[in-house]
Amino acid sequence: MGRLFVLFGEFPMGMILESIRQQQLKQGLPDIFPGDTVRVHVKVVEGNRERIQVFEGTVIKVAKGGPDKNITVRRLAHNVGVERTFLVNSPRVDKIEVTRRGDVRRARLYYLRGRVGKSARIKEKRTR
Amino acid sequence: MVNALIGRKIGMTQVFTEIGEAVGVTVLEVGPNYVSQIKTLERDGYEAVQLGFDETKKLSKPERGHLKALSVPGLRHLHEVQATGEPVEIGQELGAGVFEKGEKVDVTVGAVNGTAGSKGKGFAGTVKRHGFAGGPKTHGQSDRHRAPGSIGASSTPGRVFKGMRMSGQMGNKRRTVLNLEVVDVLPDRNLVLVKGGVPGAKNGIVVIRKAVKARK
Repeated sequence: MGRLFVLFGEFPMGMILESIRQQQLKQGLPDIFPGDTVRVHVKVVEGNRERIQVFEGTVIKVAKGGPDKNITVRRLAHNVGVERTFLVNSPRVDKIEVTRRGDVRRARLYYLRGRVGKSARIKEKRTR
Repeated sequence: MVNALIGRKIGMTQVFTEIGEAVGVTVLEVGPNYVSQIKTLERDGYEAVQLGFDETKKLSKPERGHLKALSVPGLRHLHEVQATGEPVEIGQELGAGVFEKGEKVDVTVGAVNGTAGSKGKGFAGTVKRHGFAGGPKTHGQSDRHRAPGSIGASSTPGRVFKGMRMSGQMGNKRRTVLNLEVVDVLPDRNLVLVKGGVPGAKNGIVVIRKAVKARK
């Protein structure tokens, strides 16, 4: 989307939308990359009780940016692959922790879907 | 208070509600609107309030004369709306405060004189304009791929029925979307966020009005 900087009133055109989008963003989110292992703390509403559930797995996709930014996390639960997509800026996502940085060469790790065990491992990123 | 305002479509984005739902919204800038004329039953035969929107300096002398009483040099768009309850006065400034969060509204494009309607698609064929299936793509077809097919019988009735769907201008028409939910109102910046899409291009002039067919 091209941004128009034609002056109109107090906010330049295009800045109005951008300012609304900025307001939706959460502060203090960690940088998340494909291949990382993350713990996502999600607020779950059961009846009228609210509790926090943790979903831990590998990030196989980071999509979009700004308030629409979402991550797809894959884990094996009872030997069944489970993938969940989280809108990281959503108030329902309480917290995201990165527990391990993965060293991968592509942005979308769909190849993990057909794999279990040894071949589904991801190298740990070595940081200097 | 008036029950409608003139505004401008800014564009679409996504916001989160209090309960954490992500909703697609259209951002509308609805002001400031100025009351430029009040029509009364005695003088004009009907009741209405004329609103003006979008400041400008480029107006003809008669147009400027009409807006003399206002604090702004000129307004580009004028439109009459209905008013109920609290009376308004000439020169009064109105903004997003007219609408409340959670309320239903109708949004119209192409209502204000001289402004565009829905996005124009030009002279469109029946496939695009009415969703016709077109002809077969293969089996020796020539020039039949997007043809409309038969438009009627032979000598009985011997004419084409009125209202037969054919090619023609598509888009750039006055269009109204009913019962859009107001997701948020930002009165200090004169912005209204409505749930879902609104016809017309960005920067198009819209009229946003309290829903007339809202389910109680």
